[in-house]
Amino acid sequence: MTTTTIGLERVGSAALLRIGGDVTTASDDELTSAFGAAIDDGATAVILDFSGMEYMNSGGIGLLVTLLVRAQRSGVRLLATGLSDHYRQILSLTRLDEAIEIQPDEATALAAVAR
Amino acid sequence: MTRERDAGNWAQPVERLSAAGVAGASVDAVSGRRVSGPLQGFGQLWQKTFRVRLEGTDLSPQDVVAAWKANFPSFWPGGARFYAPLAGIAPGEVALLDIPPVPGSPVKLSTGVMVLYADDESFTFMTPEGHTLSAWITFSAHRDGDITIAQAQALERTSDPFDELAYVLGANRLNDRFWRQTLENLARHVGVVTPIVDVQAVCIDKRRQWRHAGNVRNSATLRTARHTLTAPVRWITRRG
Repeated sequence: MTTTTIGLERVGSAALLRIGGDVTTASDDELTSAFGAAIDDGATAVILDFSGMEYMNSGGIGLLVTLLVRAQRSGVRLLATGLSDHYRQILSLTRLDEAIEIQPDEATALAAVAR
Repeated sequence: MTRERDAGNWAQPVERLSAAGVAGASVDAVSGRRVSGPLQGFGQLWQKTFRVRLEGTDLSPQDVVAAWKANFPSFWPGGARFYAPLAGIAPGEVALLDIPPVPGSPVKLSTGVMVLYADDESFTFMTPEGHTLSAWITFSAHRDGDITIAQAQALERTSDPFDELAYVLGANRLNDRFWRQTLENLARHVGVVTPIVDVQAVCIDKRRQWRHAGNVRNSATLRTARHTLTAPVRWITRRG
């Protein structure tokens, strides 16, 4: 099992979190910390870029729920991009796609934030 | 590195559940329903973690999870029934449940779960519409030094306002007791003499999701109450 890597980049009013490696319960501290930094920096939207993700278990999906709750509490939009068909299916299966805006690529996600 | 090495661990997408792979249950309250997770529920969102240290055993996390999957129904406290899928606890399988609303009650709440995820060290259930909780619950084991720890972790909201009221009035505590006893039974099964279960509960979201108050239309609680109240009518109809 590999570890989680998180890159944080600010693009306009959005924060882009590039998520790589494995997303499991063990990713909690890194993901929560990066997400908190994005909100503290004043981002009005957070885009989770999953194109570098290699593995996610049910603990990882649980983390997405807590991020979503935190985003809703802060009035921040949460978007996802870079999802393979497999992970897109998982978000659909778990009905997370009803609350997280899924975009096909980074440019479309940023355009959606700018609208 | 192979991408998506978790692919076989997740259930396949499904629009409506089917309990065709379950035998023995008298009521199927799941087939035809959708799954419902923490986002679709009504009440406050809680994360509850139940842990037991398997002191005095030399089982690996994989051993513990294998035993848990194989004997899941037998670890439940008395009065509750878990009708396991014939194919076992595997991704996408559906199980049916009969749970007494309060211990000792002759009335049983009929509902079920879908196996959302399963691997060698964990498995996760997701509830269907109508279940009292809109939840995921993950059963897992891991090492802490030389000791293996078994854990059940739920991410749960009550499904509708009636369930939330029941939860506040005591169902929450009964639910905690249920999982504590389950972990104690698992620990005894693998040889722990005096298991001690640690419980942590954190409220992740205090808000109630009023837009999901309409979940009450699927309520297993109300359906069970209706089924119980109309039992004499069905009995008379059958006789005559």
